[in-house]
Amino acid sequence: MPTTTSRRSSAPRRSAASSAPRRSSASLAPRTAPWLFVAPAVLLATGLIALPLVYTLWLSLRGTQVSGSGLGVRREVFVGLDNYADVLGDSALLAGLGRMLVYALITVPVTMVLALVFALLLDNVTTRLKRFSRIAIFVPYAVPGVIAALMWGFMYLPGVSPFTDAAGALGLPEPSFLGPLSVYFSVANVSVWGAVGFNMIILYTSLRGLPQEIYDAARIDGCSEVQLALRVKVPLIVPGLVMTGLFTIIGALQVFNEPNTLLTLTTSISTDWVPMMQVYRDAFVTNDLFSAAASSMVITGITLVASLGLLRVLQRRAFGEG
Amino acid sequence: MAAATSVATAKRGAFWPTFVLLAGAAYCLLPVVWLVTASTKNAGELFTTFSLWPSFSGGLTSNLEQLASIRGGAFWTWCLNSLIFAGGGAVLATAVSALAGYGLAKYRFRGRQLVFNFLLIGVLIPGVILAIPQYLLLSKIGMAGTYWSVLLPSIISPFSIYLCRIYATAVVPDEVLEAGRLDGASEWRIFRSVALAPMVPGLITVFLLQFVGIWNNFLLPFIMLSRTEMFPLTVGFYSLMSQGNDQVNVYNVVITGCLVSVLPLLALFLSLQRYWRLDLVSGALKG
Repeated sequence: MPTTTSRRSSAPRRSAASSAPRRSSASLAPRTAPWLFVAPAVLLATGLIALPLVYTLWLSLRGTQVSGSGLGVRREVFVGLDNYADVLGDSALLAGLGRMLVYALITVPVTMVLALVFALLLDNVTTRLKRFSRIAIFVPYAVPGVIAALMWGFMYLPGVSPFTDAAGALGLPEPSFLGPLSVYFSVANVSVWGAVGFNMIILYTSLRGLPQEIYDAARIDGCSEVQLALRVKVPLIVPGLVMTGLFTIIGALQVFNEPNTLLTLTTSISTDWVPMMQVYRDAFVTNDLFSAAASSMVITGITLVASLGLLRVLQRRAFGEG
Repeated sequence: MAAATSVATAKRGAFWPTFVLLAGAAYCLLPVVWLVTASTKNAGELFTTFSLWPSFSGGLTSNLEQLASIRGGAFWTWCLNSLIFAGGGAVLATAVSALAGYGLAKYRFRGRQLVFNFLLIGVLIPGVILAIPQYLLLSKIGMAGTYWSVLLPSIISPFSIYLCRIYATAVVPDEVLEAGRLDGASEWRIFRSVALAPMVPGLITVFLLQFVGIWNNFLLPFIMLSRTEMFPLTVGFYSLMSQGNDQVNVYNVVITGCLVSVLPLLALFLSLQRYWRLDLVSGALKG
């Protein structure tokens, strides 16, 4: 309309992108308002995400040098990539990375497969008692990781474990949950237990959002319910799978709570069992901030490469706009 | 003909989907059942009686009494702290995310994509990694150890901003905003009176996700706080478990405490179930 004279002093800057008819949607939009809306988030993200990252990077390039003989003076100096060389040559961190990898290789596929199977079963027409099962499987989401680790930890302990009781009653050998190999599965189990329900609900919500008519078409073509699930439903919820898979991977790479809590119940878990535990120990127990910073950057790098790689491989279907 | 056969097959094989799902439900409920039965036992019984059968010898009452009195009533303080961190943090995070999400969804301005990408990268940075430098920086300005040291990092949630942007794009029509501008309303007024109401279901979802995230968080408060009376539940239980002395009694108290602290959150969830808009997270909602 021609009556839309500019009420605001700020003139429209660009309107080419707008597809609104006649009047571009930017024509009346002021220049400063959008910045005021995003300002709190930008300030907080700068101070609490960007700045800490830059600070970590800076610390990772610093170190202490003892100068002079005898008592010497400790000075903070720039050491270049020395910390990275130390950290990457450190067998303890590499061993921790190895354990984390084993843990992730168990946790991520098991969580995703269980979540997907449960979601498909919830969406399946012949399944009964859906409401009960859905709520029951979702319950662990409301349980903090530390408490989940304590609960399972007690259930792993021979003295109080119901599994030990059950095995004894059946005359089976006592199961060992905290042995050198089984401890991986025991830690992974705590994480899987905590994560399956949430991922299931996300995937189930995706399934519910699909148009139901295509199912009828597939059924008329002679498609069984299993084929329908695997050939029709699964390909259609790929964005949901990418999203949940991404968060499961990021969660697995920064695992800390579960092993750190189980540590209080068993000697099978060392204080540097996974990299994050070692970072914590370096930073706060042995006060080697510079190593902790370098290890942090390595873990951040691995996480970014893994998650961006996954997104790229899957053709950016989840964060399409990003 | 073919369709009829496949429906018949599905009906015949109909027991196994229910069975598999119930097995999953049993797996998820088992630790909770164990927690309930274990909390009814006194220290001696915990190690001597069958784990999944409750005891009726008054163990629960004495456990609750011990829980209430441990460290001079610290348990209730921890509950309150968890509520302050999770409730306060989630409210503030939702407010910040709603503003940013709306701003990014509804305005075309130079630098918009840059701001969005800057905020989105935060989703991919492990929160655990940030906690240590956040502590170091906050202690430089004397804020480590305060309530704000846990609240501030909880307020910025890149994922919540992402969700709010998708939701605002989907539910706030441009025409209404334009109409408001033609009437001479300020941008803030338009946001308050026109845009906010349709965004509410999405904001409740963001609030709940963030509430649970903060409630379940351990490392951030563990690093930031040093005084027992400021701990949330997760750090409190951990400190009880790792103190080491008199383990047997501590086990009972921690087990009972876990039960008492898990129940209200479960109740909150079950009662707010219908407000969840998780299609927001699953990507089913088209932005």
